[in-house]
Formats: sequence, structure tokens, C-alpha cells
Amino acid sequence: MGLAKGSPRTGFYICHCGTNIADTVDVDAVRRHAEELPGVVVSCDYKYMCSDPGQELIIQDIKEHRLERVVVAACSPLLHEATFRGAVERGGLNPFLFHMVNIREQDAWVHEDRAQATRKARDLIRAAIRRVAYHRPLERMRVGVNPNTLIIGGGIAGINAALNLSMAGKRVYLVEREPTIGGHMAKYDKTFPTLDCAACILTPKMSAVRDSRNIVLWTYSEVEKIDGYIGNFRVQVRRKPRYVDEETCVGCMQCVDACIYKDARFPSEFELGLKKRKPVYMPFPQAVPPVVAIDPKTCLHFKTGKCKEPCKEACARDSIRFDQREVVEEIEVGQIIVATGFQTFDPARLPQYGYGEFPNVYTSLEIERLVNASGPTGGQVLLRNGQVPQSVGILHCVGSRDENTNRWCSTVCCMTALKLAHLVKEHTGATVYSFYIDMRCTGKGYEEFYDRMMREGVQFVRGRVGEVRDWEMAPEEEGKLVLRVEDTLAGFVRRIPVDLVILAVGMEPRADAEAVQRMLHISRSNDGFFLERHPKLAPVETTTDGVYLAGCCQGPKDIPSAVAQGSAAAAHVLAMISKGHIELEPNTVAVLDDCSGCKTCIPLCPYHALTLNEESKKAQVNLALCKGCGTCAAACPSGSITQNLFEDEQIDAEIEETLAHV
Amino acid sequence: MPDPPAKPKVALYWCASCGGCEEAVVDLAEGVLSVLNAVDIVFWPVAMDFKRRDVEALADGAIRAALLNGAIRTSEQEEMARLLRRKSQVVVAFGACAQLGGVPSLANQFDREQILDYIYAQSPTVVNDQGARPVSAYREGDRVATLPEFWRTTRALDQVIEVDYYVPGCPPTPKLLGQALATLLSDELPPKGTVLAPDTALCEECPRKDSKPEDLSVKTFKRPHLTPMDAALCFLAQGIVCMGPATRSGCEGLCIQGAMPCTGCFGPTSRVRDQGAKALSALASSVEGKEDREIESALAGIPDPVGTFYRYGLAKSLLRGKVGHLCSDRPESIKTGSMESRL
Amino acid sequence: MSEAREPRIVGFFCSWCTYTAADLAGVSRMKYAPNIRVIRVMCSGRIDPQFVLKAFACGADGVLIGGCHPGDCHYIEGNYKCLRRFRLLTRLLRDLGIEEGRCRLEWISAAEGDKVRTVVNDMAARLRALGPLDAPGRFRDWGKDLEELEHAMAGEGPGESSRAIEPARNE
Repeated sequence: MGLAKGSPRTGFYICHCGTNIADTVDVDAVRRHAEELPGVVVSCDYKYMCSDPGQELIIQDIKEHRLERVVVAACSPLLHEATFRGAVERGGLNPFLFHMVNIREQDAWVHEDRAQATRKARDLIRAAIRRVAYHRPLERMRVGVNPNTLIIGGGIAGINAALNLSMAGKRVYLVEREPTIGGHMAKYDKTFPTLDCAACILTPKMSAVRDSRNIVLWTYSEVEKIDGYIGNFRVQVRRKPRYVDEETCVGCMQCVDACIYKDARFPSEFELGLKKRKPVYMPFPQAVPPVVAIDPKTCLHFKTGKCKEPCKEACARDSIRFDQREVVEEIEVGQIIVATGFQTFDPARLPQYGYGEFPNVYTSLEIERLVNASGPTGGQVLLRNGQVPQSVGILHCVGSRDENTNRWCSTVCCMTALKLAHLVKEHTGATVYSFYIDMRCTGKGYEEFYDRMMREGVQFVRGRVGEVRDWEMAPEEEGKLVLRVEDTLAGFVRRIPVDLVILAVGMEPRADAEAVQRMLHISRSNDGFFLERHPKLAPVETTTDGVYLAGCCQGPKDIPSAVAQGSAAAAHVLAMISKGHIELEPNTVAVLDDCSGCKTCIPLCPYHALTLNEESKKAQVNLALCKGCGTCAAACPSGSITQNLFEDEQIDAEIEETLAHV
Repeated sequence: MPDPPAKPKVALYWCASCGGCEEAVVDLAEGVLSVLNAVDIVFWPVAMDFKRRDVEALADGAIRAALLNGAIRTSEQEEMARLLRRKSQVVVAFGACAQLGGVPSLANQFDREQILDYIYAQSPTVVNDQGARPVSAYREGDRVATLPEFWRTTRALDQVIEVDYYVPGCPPTPKLLGQALATLLSDELPPKGTVLAPDTALCEECPRKDSKPEDLSVKTFKRPHLTPMDAALCFLAQGIVCMGPATRSGCEGLCIQGAMPCTGCFGPTSRVRDQGAKALSALASSVEGKEDREIESALAGIPDPVGTFYRYGLAKSLLRGKVGHLCSDRPESIKTGSMESRL
Repeated sequence: MSEAREPRIVGFFCSWCTYTAADLAGVSRMKYAPNIRVIRVMCSGRIDPQFVLKAFACGADGVLIGGCHPGDCHYIEGNYKCLRRFRLLTRLLRDLGIEEGRCRLEWISAAEGDKVRTVVNDMAARLRALGPLDAPGRFRDWGKDLEELEHAMAGEGPGESSRAIEPARNE
């Protein structure tokens, strides 16, 4: 264990991770290899380095052996680098005189040959031990956290997060694209499995948002641009004109009544086109804000300029503003909660189900509106010809669990389908068939609800419906929609005639999820939903510090999960606000005095952290803006920019040593 | 006859070089006289009649400083380098070829056979019906005539012997030479391995520095002989490759003053391991475009990256020259004229 | 060294996408060729062409650069800078006799653990077919000239190469 001249005193620790590493990597051989390397004065292995006793080993050795550097070979640094830096710091050593080697995720877990995996571990630890010799003590920089928060999306997840933050007295900017908040939940009639009315539980929350002094609510608005970093984001919000003064309008609807169009004749977005609205409209009676909006695409004033504008006359508060213009608001916030929700699968992509072809094929969301007392039919489930259906078929998994559409299970559609089976049965007394692949009822009280539906006499058929057609092959099929399905329990193909078909459509990422992802510099998983930082331990955080996820933008989930995630995101935000500052990783760059002022680096910095000092004619860096990508260091043609923790010497040492074996 | 107090002995020698570095000494003009006053030149084949045996006769370490220019390509150059190393306290690699391999080391893109074949057969100006090739020894009766061996590769001086200091340039300027001599004769020598020139890039002293815009966003690189050039504007701002940002300063921008972009003869700064890679990184980063096609079209103006970025430093670059199998497997590449296309 | 040496790959992976994807491959217990050694950088924009040349000079048979997909860079545009350098570097390497397949740039997002597996496996197979690059071995060959000289200086006179050949003159 010779101490080579000039090599700092280094402690090396290798983790068995139970058997996770030790099964594939010969931990003892690696430990012995390290022992022989220059500078290594302690080389030991331990069952679980991340445990308290494991960390204590490091702390004690730093003191006892006067260690100047520490290397730990264990799992990914993305998981436990912070843990071990903490231990090194508690041992009295600067936490950045440490380097971590990933021999679990990128070695033991991905290789089978023990000799090869051990050899790889040896190469990697040799590289780390050489590298760490070039480390220097570094300090984290502190910057303040702006206590304001941006929440994108005013569905139940966003609403809940906003209310939590408001309760703590923190300012929230809640930005919603539609003219009202409420999201998908506002469209639902009842919620499973308790069958409590969605409006009854949601609208008080919506009102609370409206009434909160801490929440700045911008509906009919979209976030356009985001700059900055955790604690200090600059955001631009585009507020579309609704041609109504939000401050004065009280939603009395006088204008709607007075509109030159006596009848509503344009499809209502909120009612999914099942009902008509006028050009001036309120999306639904409990909309928040309770303010009407004018749709310029249908309003006669905008179309012809020749309207008598009776709405304007009718408004006692002079709230109609045809001259309203788009406004771009600029705000500063410290953190951002993304709650942009989902969209439902468009069943027109599956022509075999006849959606759009047969008028009595509906989506589950449309049926939600039909069973709703304030919906287009006043709560009656009717066929397009106004008759009450005698038989109804509900298809599960439409667009879900299918390689041709979306591979994932949308998790809530089974329960939605069961709920609708109950409601349709209740409203119409029809025979209800439910066609399922597997019944997935995994929440609290969910299985019991399924049980209840079986007892209520819903006809369950296990099998995926092949097609919905209107060809009759028997007298009882006349005038009906016929579902062809293999009943996989009975073992034969059935033809089931029904009056009404309901497609339980799955959940998808929003069509513009990619644009939102890019604006926020977060990631998406293969299914297109936003990617959480860790699937188990950081389900609300993202790879961008200060940006959190809530609700179905992260993946399909039911209302309680969306609410819980909204609160969890709010808790993260509050934790950061109450800490009051963030510590920036010190992997920033430094410009050396030898800079020639060639300016190559300046346009390369995406954060404008590099500028030319007019006096010295050399580049200079603003550390609060530098995020530590190192692009400038790679480009500097005279080697005059260094990046902390990723210095040329450190990476060169890694390259050399990792290739040093013959 | 009692000797006057001995002046420090200095030797000068040239290896694979064009002679420009020797010119640089002559360019000291009357300054040469003061040098001659200060030192005792014991070896300088280009100007004074000393023989190898005169050097061999000196005691080891008798020479205070030997200034060698040129790369090492032949056995003779190597022998002389070793001899001078033994006889000298300090060896200075003088000029780009000794320091970095220089233009002669671009020959490392070809193997020895390719080069001999080109020079003695393929080159369009060659008349060599008998296919004569140089041989290292020719015997006639009992007499033997010898030629130095032509090594496989061209090396910088420190790839053959230990070198104490470097004076960069193709050739070094008289000013740098004067400073180097003063340094070498002083009592306080800089740390071994020092390059006796400033350690910043050329932009620092470039007369066109202020005309360089912050954002280049190069749409296409142009070649200097194919484009009209602005006499005052930064070359890079005109889309002309200039090695200045990646090249050590100290030349006072002579080429720029002569209306030509820097081609990199002073080599990299001490913080850069591979001048060509750094120049490539800086230039490519400054290119506009996000699609392969746009990027390629901008970079098409750099048809010969090796010749552009390693004009003076291939031997001392990280890869030192062509490494792959292509080198030995495909001698046809030279026959089909690829060497000419580089000229 | 006589048996076929396994190719050695040095990976330079950006922390946010490709390194995370490699972690995901591990968490998912995917198995791939053990030939790669990954060096983590924060962004593919940090990858200095010097690193790539250094890796080859130190004995790598292949270099794999991994970054975020275009448009997805955590640092907005670092991957584009990486791409621009890579395009020119590829040509430089070709001129230096290094086959195109030896230096590879792949965009691998944090979710594409499987792509890490397929790319590494594919690269290992291709490098096996190309054979070793062995730049350090070639640098050792440089030394052979010196050995010959040492023989010569030891008094053996010009060695083997002093065969008399027909005098050839251009007269």
C-alpha cells in the first residue's frame, strides 16, 4: 500500500449492496486492487455503505487516517452522491473531495459474467481514485428563493396545489387555458366508488380559488416562455382576450339572454358539442371565474362588424369590451407546478367501433355529460332519436392496452365504466353489458363497488369487442347496434344487440405535451407523459429543480391520487420557500486570467452567464446564472475555462486509468 | 596562454526543417554581434565550420545551451540530437518543427513506403526510369558510401530526447529568440518544459481583436484564396478559418498584419493538450444550424481538417498522425493522387 | 495479447439523459456487453474533442457519446454544440485513419434504457468486426526506429538494411 509521492491520502469504500453488487462483482478482489493504488491508505468493503454504520466508517476514517480524498463504489451517483458527500462533510472534509463510482446500475446489474463485471469495476475505481486526486475543495453558492409559485393547469390537481399554498399564505399564479378552471372533473357527474356528486365536491374548491387573496387566477391564458432556474424563474403568460372585463362581470347572463342570436347554435366546448351555446357564453353555471366569454369566431360583431351589440346594452356593469387585446404578463416565481392534465383517447382512431359513424356510439366522457342533471339532456340518457335505450353496451380499454394505440392501462376506465353502468342503469333501467379484458379495481372501496355492480345485475362479458356494426342477422338485431365479441369465459363468439354503445376511452398525454416539456426542460417517458425524477422516491419532482408534477400529466390516475400529488407538489414548494434559499451545485465554470478575449464562449452560453469584461477584454462569468453544463469549457480554444468537478485533468485522468489495464 | 573568463558555449543545429529558423537567427541583424560577444558558439553547421568530431571532443555537459530546430526524421538527425543532448546542460527545441513536429510531421499521414514511392516514382515531376531508390549503404569494391536512415515517422524533438525549453514559431521571431537567449544566459532559469512565449492565445494581441463579433454563427467557412478579404475585419467574422484563438501568442500577429489568418505555428497554450481538437471544437461550436445538412454545408469549407488544425503539430497531437489500418493497407490512396489533392 | 482482444469502449454520457438511461437499464436488469466504461459529464456539450482523441490514444477501440435528443437538452442547446463538433470530428478521425463506426453519437433519453443496451451491444459487435485500433501499440512501434539506431550506435554499423542495391542514377 505504497503512498506514491504527491498522491493525496485516499480512502476507498466498496459497497456490497446486500447481494446486489456482491453477486456479480468480486468485491474483495476490487478492494484488494484499490489497496495497491497510489495514495490509497484505507480500502474496505461493507454490506451497505449508505447505511448509518457505512457512513460512520467514512467519518471515522477521515479523522483516524487523516484522509484527504474519499471514493465510494456503490450505486449510481444520481442516487446517493448527496448521501456520501454529506458523510464526507460530517467527517470534516470538504464534500467535493469525493467521487462516486457506479458499479451497481452500470455494472453489477447489467452484466452476467462475474470476471468481466469485476474487471470493469476495477477499471472504474482506478479511474475514480486517480480522478479524485485532482479534486479541489469547493463551496456551494446560495441564492434566494422567490416565494411565488406558478401552477400550470386548473384541474383538480392544480386547484388543490393552489389551495394548499394559499392556505400557507403564499402567492400563487394559477394559469388555465380554458375560460374556467375545473378541468375534466367539472364534467363528471358522480365520482366512484362513493357516487358523490362531482360538482358538489369540486365547486367549493373552485370558489375557494376565486375567493383566495393569495391566488392570482388567469384563465383563458397560456404560459408562453420560461427562463431562469429554481428559485428564480421568469415567466411570460399570454392572456387571450375574452372581450369581457373580468373585474366587473358578475356572470348575471343578461348579455347571453340579449345576444342577437336568439337561439344557441354553436357547439359548446364544455358540453363536448352535445349542447349548443351562443357566441357569448358561460362554459357552465358554476364556472370560475363566473365571467362570460365572447368567442370571436362566432360573434357577429367580429364576423361582420355590423352587430347591434345588444349584449353591450344589456350589461348593467358595462363589462363587454370588444376592444380588449391580448396581454402578455411577465411574472417572477420561484417554483413551478405542472398540472396540465390529460386528453381522452379519440376513438375515431378505431373505426371498428363506429364512433362518428353510428350516432348512438358515445365516449364515456360524453355519457358523463348526459347523466349529469345540468347537462345537455337534463340528466336523461337518451338515444339520438330521443328514445330511452333498452340495452347498453360498455366497452372497456378503448385505446388502452393495445399495441396499435396506447400500450398502457389508463387505470381509471374500469371504475369509470362501472360507475357509468350504475348510472345508466339507474337513469334508464336498461340492460347493461360490460365488456372487459380484466377488471382493474385496485383502489379503496373499488373492488366492493365492482361487487355491488355484479349484484345490481350488470351483465359482465369477459372479452374485447371485435366490432360494432349495424348489420342485422336476426330479428332481435333489427335497428340495433350489434357487438361481436369473443366471450372468453364461455369460449365462443357472441353477437349482442344493443341500443347504445359507450366507449370507455383511455387517457393520453396532451397533444402539446412536447412543447410544454421543452419549455420546462423536463423529460417525458416513452408513453409521452411527463417523467418524474424517480419512479418510486421522487414521483412529484422532475429532472429540473423547482419544477414539480401533479395529476394526470405525469400518467393516468384517479382523482384522489391527483389530489394527493397536488398536495405533495405544494409540500415540496413550501419546503423550499421555508428554507428560503437554494444551494447551487458548485459545478460552475471559471474563466482564467489567461483568457485571450476571443469571445468564442460568449454566444455558446444558453443562460448568458458569460460576457466580455469591457475593461480587461476578457470573458467573465456570472455564477448565479451559470448552470454548469460545461459547453464553454469544451469550446474554449485556449483552455482558459475550467468547469468545477469536470476539469480537463479530472476527465483525462478518468480516460487514462479506465483504459490503463492491458 | 591564459584563457579569458570562459563565455558560455552555445550550439545551434538543424534537423528536418526548411532553414527558416536559421534565418531567424540571422534576422537578429546587428543583434547577432552582441550574441557573439556574450557567447562562444561551438557548433553551427549552417554558418560556421565545425564538425561533428568537434562536438564529440567536448566534455559531456560542456555546452551551456543547444538550440535545435527541425523535426527528427532521419537517423543522422537523431544521432546529432542525442549527441548534443549529452554535451549540453540545456536543450532548446527551437521553432515549430522541433517543438511540435511542424509541417514535416504532416508526413505522418503517410507511411514511409508511400512517401518514397511518391517522391521517387509517382510525383509528376519525377524522371526515374530505373526506379532508383535511396539506400542507406552502397558498397563499391571495398568502399562503402552511407546515407542516413529515413525513419518511419517524423517526431518532435522531445519525442527523441529530453528537452528543457521550447521557443515556438515558424520561425520564432527575432524578439523571442533574443528573449530566449537572455533567459538562458541568466541565472534564474524558468521551470523545465516552459515554452518561452506568452501563454495566452493570439487574439489577445491581434490587431483585429475588437472587430470580432460576439456571435459568429458561421454559415459557411470560406477558403482564403477563394474569397475577397476585408483588410480590417476579424478573419473568423469573414468565415475564414483562423487558428488565432487556439494558438499561443507572441508573434505579434505577423500573419494578420500581412493580411493572412493565423495558421497556428505557435502551437497551443500550456492548458491545451491537442491544439487541433481545441480549434475544431471552438470553430464547430460557432457554426450555425441544427440539422446535419446545414452543419455539413457550413463545415464543407474546411476540406482538410488535419492539414488545417494540425499544420504545425501533428507529431505532438494526441494521435500523432494516421493511426488506423488505412495507413498500411491502402497504399493506393497515394497513387490515386490523394497526396496531390492536399497540396 | 495473442488471443482476440475484446474491444474497449469509452462512453461519455450526459448526466440528464443518457447516463440516467444507463441507470434505468440497470434498474430494469437489462444485460449488455461489458465492454463499455462510462464517464459522466453534465451535458454532451461538455465533451471536448480532446477527450475523444485522448480515449483513442489511450487504447479505446471505440468512443460512444450519449446526449439528450435534439430539443430535449437540459441545458437547452448543449447537444447541438456536441453535434456540430461531432460532425467535424468524424471527418478528422476518418482522415486520421479511424473508421467511422469507432466514434458514435447517439441521442438517448432518460427513458430509453433499452436503447443503451442495443447501442452498446451493437457497437461492441461492430468493433469486434473492425478489430483493435490499438493506438498505443502503434506509438510503441515508433520506438522501434530508436532501437535500430541504438544497435547501429553500438557499433554494428548500418544493420540489415545495408544491402547493396544496383546503383541508380539519373543521368
